[in-house]
Amino acid sequence: MEKIIAGIPVEVNEEGYMTNFSQWNKDIGKALAAEANISLSPRHWEVISYIQDEFRKEVPLSIRKIGKSGVVDIKEFYALFPNAPLKTATKIAGIPKPASCI
Amino acid sequence: MKRLVILGAGTAGTMMANHLKHELDKQEWEIDIIDEREEHHYQPGYLFLPFDIYTPQDIIKQIRDFIPKGVRLLTDKIEMVDAENSLVKMKSGDQLKYDILIIATGAKIAPEEVEGMNGPEWQKSVFDFYTFEGSLALRNKLREWEGGKLVVHITEMPIKCPVAPLEFAFLADSFFRNKHMRDKVDITYVTPMSGAFTKPKATAALDHLLHEKGINIESDFAIAEVDNDNKKIIDYGGKEIPFDLLVTVPTNKGDELMERSGLGDDLNYVPTNKGTLQSLKHQNIFVIGDASNIPASKAGSVAHFEAEILTDNILRYIKGEPLKEEFDGHANCFVETGNGKALLIDFNYTHEPVEGEFPFPGVGPLRLLKESRMNHMGKLAFRWIYWNVLLKGTHIPFVSATMQESGKHFD
Repeated sequence: MEKIIAGIPVEVNEEGYMTNFSQWNKDIGKALAAEANISLSPRHWEVISYIQDEFRKEVPLSIRKIGKSGVVDIKEFYALFPNAPLKTATKIAGIPKPASCI
Repeated sequence: MKRLVILGAGTAGTMMANHLKHELDKQEWEIDIIDEREEHHYQPGYLFLPFDIYTPQDIIKQIRDFIPKGVRLLTDKIEMVDAENSLVKMKSGDQLKYDILIIATGAKIAPEEVEGMNGPEWQKSVFDFYTFEGSLALRNKLREWEGGKLVVHITEMPIKCPVAPLEFAFLADSFFRNKHMRDKVDITYVTPMSGAFTKPKATAALDHLLHEKGINIESDFAIAEVDNDNKKIIDYGGKEIPFDLLVTVPTNKGDELMERSGLGDDLNYVPTNKGTLQSLKHQNIFVIGDASNIPASKAGSVAHFEAEILTDNILRYIKGEPLKEEFDGHANCFVETGNGKALLIDFNYTHEPVEGEFPFPGVGPLRLLKESRMNHMGKLAFRWIYWNVLLKGTHIPFVSATMQESGKHFD
């Protein structure tokens, strides 16, 4: 389905995850973060661009991997994106919800 | 003479030994299977042992009784796989040169991954039921436990049999009701996922069942620590859940052999083509069952469906033909829901579990995603099927390796 985010129509699934990463831009990221009550700091952006790089390389994401990435440790990851950090961060980053749960 | 070596004589390895023995020419191929253990455990039985539904005798048999004649069984610890030189090195000092290697070394729990998990309370008030020892210790605990806060917990995904912790919670509810002490037990189900299961329709059905049975659910809980002194689990966000009895599913990892051999990912699972089951790095290595990193459930039914397709692909590989990308992630799992009932789910990479009938569309007799006694009978009958049909690599009638879409009520 389609949703208007930051004034732009984008494709999202029923949980609100973007289904076409090429439609993503920083304004959309900010708008999605605002929906999760997060205002993005430079640290947030570092984590988001790391997550997007991994997605481009088709590396499956997990909280464990992000904790070992050297970009952010798990405690800080939770502080940046409270409650369910991987789900929140991937949603803001415009990539699918990680399929680490089978 | 060429040699095919299978690492691991569990569910997947044993099935491959039985399949390939029939398919490979004895004059041309030697088949070896290596495992350091002598016992074969029916792992689904670990779920029933704590509740005195099964005894240890129901679960344990000898590996050698299931390895067919004509396949050489080596009881030895595997030290290293030298994939560049196609060599398996054993602890005894023996070396085996292989033409084809099948990795079937499974997955096991790693409680050491979480701070405090295997601390002073391990097997006192903190238990696992993914090992025989853990399951037996938990049985002894439950026989005398007088009640309190029972927390059933998943550390992180992926785990073997992702429905097992839910089944544990359902069976615990039933167990304490039958002991007339359900009012003394508070059951909480704690998961790192957003709900009871990984797929939306099954999650809705299972969340409903948890609610109906008075089981609390705490979702999105990523454990940081088990606090042994104060008996609580703490997550990275600071959330705390107190327990009197913690039944946890620790992090699951592939065998350390993969780490030693440089063949695994960060959880020691072997990167594998999800359609062909060939290793992504080495053409003469194939991976089956829990040992691979494919996005399918880690379950015996998956290994069974994989075995039919992998046998085909190994024959193709030997003939130099292109491999079939046929494996679709098919899984078929009975979910015990307590009180002599169960539900059944049947799904694959692309189709989530839905309602319907199985295996005959419109007929059943088994019902998908609905509780029934017939499903429970199916689950109990499955132990017999496991020992007598499944391990022998015999095709189960009417149940195909790839998932059937008919009989399922998709939207």
